[in-house]
Formats: sequence, structure tokens, C-alpha cells
Amino acid sequence: MAEVHKKHWYEHMLAIDRRILYLFVFIAVLVPALFPFGLPIKITPEVQAVYDRIEAMQPGEIVMFPLEYDPSTAAELEPMAFAMLRHAFSRNLRVLACCLSSTGVSLVEDEIARVAREYDKEYGSDYVYLGYQPYPAIVIMTMGENFRTPFPLDYYGTSLDSLPMMKKTKNYDDVSMVFTINATSGIDYWIIYGQGRYKFPLGLGSAAVMATNYYQYVQSGQLFGIISGLRGAAEYEILIGQGNVARKGMDVQSVAHALIIIFILLGNIAFLVERRRARHLTEEA
Amino acid sequence: MKREVPLIITMVTGLFLALQYYSPHRLSAHIYETLMDWLIIVGVFAIMLGILGLLRQHTDKLKTRERNWPYSIALLVGLFGMVILGFWGQGMGSPFVQAYFTVLNPVQATMFALLAFYIASAAYRSFRGRSVLASILLISAIIVMLGRVPLGEIIWPTVKIGSITIPGVTAISDWLLNVPNLAAKRAIYVGLGLGGAATALKVVLGIEAPHLRG
Repeated sequence: MAEVHKKHWYEHMLAIDRRILYLFVFIAVLVPALFPFGLPIKITPEVQAVYDRIEAMQPGEIVMFPLEYDPSTAAELEPMAFAMLRHAFSRNLRVLACCLSSTGVSLVEDEIARVAREYDKEYGSDYVYLGYQPYPAIVIMTMGENFRTPFPLDYYGTSLDSLPMMKKTKNYDDVSMVFTINATSGIDYWIIYGQGRYKFPLGLGSAAVMATNYYQYVQSGQLFGIISGLRGAAEYEILIGQGNVARKGMDVQSVAHALIIIFILLGNIAFLVERRRARHLTEEA
Repeated sequence: MKREVPLIITMVTGLFLALQYYSPHRLSAHIYETLMDWLIIVGVFAIMLGILGLLRQHTDKLKTRERNWPYSIALLVGLFGMVILGFWGQGMGSPFVQAYFTVLNPVQATMFALLAFYIASAAYRSFRGRSVLASILLISAIIVMLGRVPLGEIIWPTVKIGSITIPGVTAISDWLLNVPNLAAKRAIYVGLGLGGAATALKVVLGIEAPHLRG
């Protein structure tokens, strides 16, 4: 009669049903989302640099916001966009926005209009939304010559020349800084074809997973600051003293990260025990 | 002629754009602006070609009842549906924007949110310290994951004992990101830049002509 193999604990662990893992993740995300515990968040120098740059601007100056993301990354980048727009409008800066990501155009329009309403800002005088044009690299380059080349009309079909804010705004020379919140390859285009050629101050807000690629440009001075993912957005919310979406999100992210680390450790413990036992059995044989 | 004319155009345009970067002359700027306009026009035609290609591929799939052909119906309905809705305007409250917020927005957000579950499962099953290098990667990943969230600073804070400072997980994570990570990234980017410049030079000089193939 064949001997029945009794599974060891580590074999059970290695063969665990993925649905159990999913359940843990679900609980880890749900609990802090429902009952946030407000973990303290430290401000990083890269985020402080962005805040200081906006604080140093005079009312009426134009800040350009290329907001290039779509619903897939909105959870991370939307709180950042809200915080940045709120800061700009509260300082009475004028906002020139565009979205060079085809699936984010309406999302971005909605966000800008919502924040503008909070501060009673008037379209055309206080802010303008250019909308979308394909081929970001080309659009970035052509805007360096004249915003009217890629965008003769704004998102709503109005001629740029008829908008008061755009009357004396020809190209990047007329904006004080560009801050792109971006989850696309467009970040590289802004650095290479935009800042590289036209030398405007450029800041970046990106998904955390992408940000590690761009810290080198802060060190080289090509970017004046980076807001990285939800953590960066939470830091910015603290700096401006408004909003708490990202701050709440950091509780969720903290628990989720901790859970994934526990998973990695447990998986490795089971793996190492199994490997040691397998070696032992081989040596015995 | 079929080969020579495009090669000459490429060479003249490429050399002009390279040299134009260093010339502030008005004529040079004017030609540059005109070329930028042309780029947009060419780009629009490229989109049209792309849409035609997509249509052909998916109508062929439907005709031959290839595997997963019902997805092609979804794609075509989505494509034409959004184009048709676009004729009623794109402002807030328009059918186009309604479709965007009620279909595309939740679908994309859901797809991305599911990643959290897959990553957790993959981390448990596959992220193993099988070798020294894999173990270094594993430890670095854990430190960076912990260092990027506020919980990390609570679990493993920076400690000062007299004149000695023992860095916390955030400080170590920042060091990992700003020193080894940047060193590797810079090396890769410098390599990419040099490779890109060499390829561009080859294309401009006609040594390589990928745009003439097919």
C-alpha cells in the first residue's frame, strides 16, 4: 500500500490558495480606508522645493500644468493635481493647463473646473485649458515656438487670441514655470524636448513607481522638484493645509506595504525551509 | 530615385534640425516652426493610417472568426460609438463625457486597482532570495517599500545614541534611491543617449534607413 505523504507546514504555505492572499489584501485596504489612523508624514526636500517655488511666484504669473494621466493612475495623481491647483489658485496665479494623454482629457477638465469653482476663478482670465493634441513630443516642441501652433483653439473651441489670459502669452517664455503631473512617457519628452531646449523651470509629479527614474534630473538641476506618488501628494496637502485624500491614502498604502512585506518574508521562510530539507534529503540519499 | 529622394530629404532635414538648434537667426526659427507644422500634419495622417490598420485587422478577425473574435466587436463598437458621441460635443454633461466617466473611467481604475492583488500574490509566490544577488534585491525592495510609507518611520526610526546616528528605514531608502539607483540609471541613460545619437547619425547619413523598409 502506498504511503500517504503528509504535507509539512511549509508545503501548505507554498501552496496557499491565492484567493486567501487576495482576502488579506482586501482587508488590509478596506480597514484603514474606513478607519484612517492618521500616520505622521515627513516632508521631503523635493516636495518642499515645489512648494517654495510656487510660494515665490507673484500673483498674476502663469504656471503651466500639463496634466497627463488617465483613470488608471488617477487614484495616485488626482490628489496631487488637486493640491497643486489649489495652491496655485489660492496664490492668485494664473493656470494654463493641457492634457497630452488621450484618455485623460475629460478627467483633467473636470478637475480643473472643480478647483477653479472653489476659488471663483474665471475661465479665460484666470485659467485656460488647452485640451489634447496627439504626439506629445511634437506638441511640446511646437508650444516652445507658439502655443497657437498645436492649439489654435482651446479645449472648448475658442480661439486662444480671444482669451484675455492668452493675449500676451505666446510660448514658454511667458510662463513662470511648468509643472507636469504625468504618468506617461511624456515625462521624458518634457525633459528632453521642453526643458532641454527651451530652458524653462520644470517640476514633476509622477506615479511613485516612475519617480525613481527621474531623481537624477533633480540632482542635475533639470527638474526643480519631484512629487512622488501618493506620498508626495500627502506631503503637499500638509504643506498647503488643505485636502486629506492623499493623507488618508497613505494609511492604506502603509498597511498594504506592510502586508506585502509580510507576504515576502513568509514566502521566503517557507522557501528556505523547503530548500534546506530538500538538500538534507539529497545528502541522506 | 525611390530610395535616393527620401534619403536626401532625411539628410537635409536632419542636418538642418541639428544645426538649427545652434542658430538664433529669424529665418532659421521660421523654417523650424514650419517644419513643426508639417510634423503635426504628418502625425494626423499617421493616426488615420493607424485607425485604418486597426479596422482592417479587426474586421479580418471577424470575417475569419479568429480566436477571441467577439472582443473585436467590443473594440469596433467602442471606437465608432465614441466617435459618434463626439459629434454632440465634448463639454461636461455631453454624451461623450458621460460615456467616458461611466465606462472608461471605472474600467481603467478597476484594472489598475486589481494590480494590488496580483502584486501581493506574486510577491508571496515568486519574490525569492534564491541567490546572493536576488537576496540583495529582496532586502533593498523591502527597505524601499517600508521607507516610502509613514509606517516605516514608526517601525524603524532614526536613532541617535550620543554622537552616533543610526539611520532609520527612510534614510536608508533615500540613500538607496539617490545613490545606487541613480548611479545605475545614469549609466543606462548615458548609454541610451549615446546609442540614440549614433542611430540618429546613421539615419541622417543614410547608413541605416529603417523608415524606407516595408
